Amino acid sequence: MIEVKENKVFEIPKSIKKGAKFPFCPGCDHGVAIKLIAEVMDELGLREKTIGVSSIGCSVMLYDFLDIDCVEAPHGRALAVATGVKRAKPDNFVLTYQGDGDFASIGLAESMHAALRGEKITAICINNTTYGMTGGQGGPTTVMGQVTTTSPTGRNKEYHGYPIKIAEQIALCDGTVYATRCSLDSIPNIRKTKQAIKKAFEIQLEGLGFAFVEILATCPTNWRMSPQKAHQRVRDELFQIYPLGEFKLVNSK
Amino acid sequence: MKQLIKGNYAIAQAAVNAGCDCYFGYPITPQSEIGEYMSKKMPELKRGYVSAESELAAINMVLGACSTGVKAMTSSSSCAVALMQEALSYIASDELPAVLISVMRAGPGLGYIYPSQADYNQATIGGGNGDYKIITLAPSTVQECVDLTYKAFFLAHKYRNPVILLADGLLGQMMAPVEIGKYPYPEISNKDWALEGAKNRQSRAIFSLEPLEENLIKRIDKLFKKYKKIEENEVEFEEYQTQDAELIVVCFGSITRNVKSAVKECRKQGKKVGILRPITLWPFPSKKIEELANKTKKFLVVEMNMGQMLKDVKLAVNGQVRVEFQGKSAGQLIGVEEIVSKIERLIND
Repeated sequence: MIEVKENKVFEIPKSIKKGAKFPFCPGCDHGVAIKLIAEVMDELGLREKTIGVSSIGCSVMLYDFLDIDCVEAPHGRALAVATGVKRAKPDNFVLTYQGDGDFASIGLAESMHAALRGEKITAICINNTTYGMTGGQGGPTTVMGQVTTTSPTGRNKEYHGYPIKIAEQIALCDGTVYATRCSLDSIPNIRKTKQAIKKAFEIQLEGLGFAFVEILATCPTNWRMSPQKAHQRVRDELFQIYPLGEFKLVNSK
Repeated sequence: MKQLIKGNYAIAQAAVNAGCDCYFGYPITPQSEIGEYMSKKMPELKRGYVSAESELAAINMVLGACSTGVKAMTSSSSCAVALMQEALSYIASDELPAVLISVMRAGPGLGYIYPSQADYNQATIGGGNGDYKIITLAPSTVQECVDLTYKAFFLAHKYRNPVILLADGLLGQMMAPVEIGKYPYPEISNKDWALEGAKNRQSRAIFSLEPLEENLIKRIDKLFKKYKKIEENEVEFEEYQTQDAELIVVCFGSITRNVKSAVKECRKQGKKVGILRPITLWPFPSKKIEELANKTKKFLVVEMNMGQMLKDVKLAVNGQVRVEFQGKSAGQLIGVEEIVSKIERLIND
């Protein structure tokens, strides 16, 4: 008789709702980002003490996937809502999940001031250089020359201004303990992103201050690209403008 | 024991006594004393306090805190309450127990800090999107500022609905001897809905997004069932000498003081005049006014604005008798003599 030894290579994280259906477009990176968050939550045993704050855009349905308590914030106000949650329940783990438009355009004041106050919150921002849910309009991180439905001849400074480098800006805030930029374009970078999320979670658990993870992600539908080409664009174009790496890490314990 | 205290401080003290767990605010005259008081008191009591970066942030911090079931509030005024309208719509849809102290100043735009009543529409109709309602309480004295702040927290939690305490610059800045006693209402359990982490129970979500039409219909139906219950149970008003009145003055808030003096003066002259003062602006005492319209000959609506509550009175009266208006813009006070002469003219008319 041959003994079969089980070698489990994949399991759906416990922090993902049973039977959850991901409605994201084919090749979209949101699913990967949410799975990484769920895995880290499992590893740190955070599911039962987390209150998540979802934002407006493709990120809004966080509560449909994560099996955690969740509150939806109005557009741009996720970090104000999260501040209210954390101040009311300092012992809970508080997480925001936002897009670049929510975090750095309409919500820039709320985001920066949460960082300046050093709120003990972990903020995760998916930067896909466009407003995905509304159909691919230009946003705060749309790169110069990028064609979108509101920059038909490419982003130019006259009509759209210059893009914002979010992680670098958040790193400038004195209350920020950790600011980093990662990417989901390849397996090694996905692994690094998971490590960054874990670090950002641990910083909150240690009560050190504001922890921020910007994740470069694709929007193949609105970029009019195949998923493979979209990830190639991240490597070829976005890495030059939005370099990966840690912009701030204040010594933790 | 009574203490001589400014309206804004009285409201802040009452909020603390009511067990307000979190205060988030941004300065604006004529309500800044509330935030100043809270910035000292809340940290002393180890309760939540943040000097928010804007009114947008302040009201959304309230949204977040309320989602965990605690008592949370902010305070503001007119042009800044305008900034909070989006969040108030979300809070109403989310069914969260938020308390907003709105100390009116004169508008439109920046206007000025004069004690106007021109935000009746802003409070009762609101500027947020969609079908929703906010319980609105209108104090007419500093003592009522205290009593109705208590009531605001109670009703907010009883119905899981935002409540506005609609004061004005006159009440906020006026000093008066008041009794600030213990919070007189029972505590309401939030165990079955508040977010505190999904421990030993299913996870919960508080949201307003409803992509499925049938769910959005259900949500709004549920809200309006609650609103009907509030309209049936929570209407509050003060009636003064309406029994035999041939003319009834309808007024709310701080101007009631002058209206009362005018009505007393008219009574001395033998004129049959009374007052109906709505205390809840929503739910509005429409039934009471309709009832009075069957007995009286005329109504006079007195407001420190260009005629906002007027339309609610007209709707309630429904053409049965005449409804006249006396109002002033820009927070000008309407003097007792002016009201007396208006009443005299109307009675003889």
